[in-house]
Amino acid sequence: MSFATSILTKSLNVFHCAGSPCNNCDIELLDTLTPRYDLERFGITLVGSIRHADVIMLSGVFNTKALIRAKRVYEQAPKPILVIALGNCACTGNIFIESYNLDAPVGKHIPVDILVPGCPPKPEAMIAAVAKLIAKLKGK
Amino acid sequence: MDYLILIFQLIIFPGFLFTAVIGLVISWVDRKVTAKVQMRVGPPLLQPFYDILKYMIKETCVPEGASKIFFLSAPLFGFAAVNVAALIVWQSIIHPQAAFMGDLVVVLYLLTVPALSLVLGSFASKNPLASIGGSREIKLIMAYELPFLLAVLVPVIKTHSIRLADILGAQAAVLAPSGILALVVAIVVMQAKLALVPFDCSEAETELTGGALIEYSGPALGMYKLTRVMLWVVMPLFVMVVLLGGINLNNGWQGILAGIGKYVGLVVVAVLIRNTAPRVRIDQAVRFFWGKVTFVAVAAAILALMGY
Repeated sequence: MSFATSILTKSLNVFHCAGSPCNNCDIELLDTLTPRYDLERFGITLVGSIRHADVIMLSGVFNTKALIRAKRVYEQAPKPILVIALGNCACTGNIFIESYNLDAPVGKHIPVDILVPGCPPKPEAMIAAVAKLIAKLKGK
Repeated sequence: MDYLILIFQLIIFPGFLFTAVIGLVISWVDRKVTAKVQMRVGPPLLQPFYDILKYMIKETCVPEGASKIFFLSAPLFGFAAVNVAALIVWQSIIHPQAAFMGDLVVVLYLLTVPALSLVLGSFASKNPLASIGGSREIKLIMAYELPFLLAVLVPVIKTHSIRLADILGAQAAVLAPSGILALVVAIVVMQAKLALVPFDCSEAETELTGGALIEYSGPALGMYKLTRVMLWVVMPLFVMVVLLGGINLNNGWQGILAGIGKYVGLVVVAVLIRNTAPRVRIDQAVRFFWGKVTFVAVAAAILALMGY
């Protein structure tokens, strides 16, 4: 494990990128950042600008129009960047997979590092996903 | 040889390295106290160090159409200024008898440069949100500089000197009525200079999503954060030197302990204000500084002229 990876895993800034979601995943993500779960213990903070981010949280079905923006956000991010797909919609396309305006899942267009299934996923599931992501980066 | 000593003082002790380490520890205290106020556990002690190191390994993106030279050099101006300010303020405590280690006016100018570098960088980034943040920062500078100068004038009137060492030696403003009023003004201004919550209009996380710093990433962002962290040391220390008697190093461990107590006290006051106050609009901030705060500062200066 290189020095850079080890530092990156200790301080993750999360940027939330919502692509036409139903808002349930977003509410659960906000719950994860409340004092009850206290992600700052692990050095995880939510940031407002993509330029400050180390992790992009994708939530919702990325329809044709939202996908253009999501790709743009990914390109604007300073590398190295990690991507988490949050919820069934971002993981698979969910019940909207047959829609005319959708090329699901979003992982086809943006390299996703880890999937968090659930509709919506619980805060515990998100924390477990981040822990697994860190373990994956460390090569365990 | 003198140059080597000066470079050592600027880079290692008591300049950059020493101040940055204290500042990072203090920013951990800030985050930990904030966490305790919100009934959380809070980050580990080394978290600010990890954050700064992480910015150093990230890519620096320069936005399309931005002025590359100003965008990338702006963080350096603020960083350099805060380093020199740290050296001057520390030297006035450690070696008060040194020939010329700068005076009050130099430090006042140097403490304005970090905010100006933020303005320069935000306007160079060609982002509308950053421009709003930058223009708010300019208004805030114009608002708080006047009462800050008036507050700092109190010890100058009392000691008839603008040398930091003379002010520190005389300790004329400590616990005098005018000194206490000036201290209140200085604490309020410190909140704005450190861009803490009631006056963080330029970075407004919720409406400007990072504001002036929105386009910065990687080492350039890290440099701004490091500048902010070092201001956490320099600002309270400067207020202490001017209005609270600084740190007395000739009095053994009691003097040092009292100095650390004053410093931590100022920091905790700032953190508590930050955690209990909502952000004000920029027009409210300007009205507050030019109205009430300036009134108190003028009262302090008049009291000092009358000898109180």
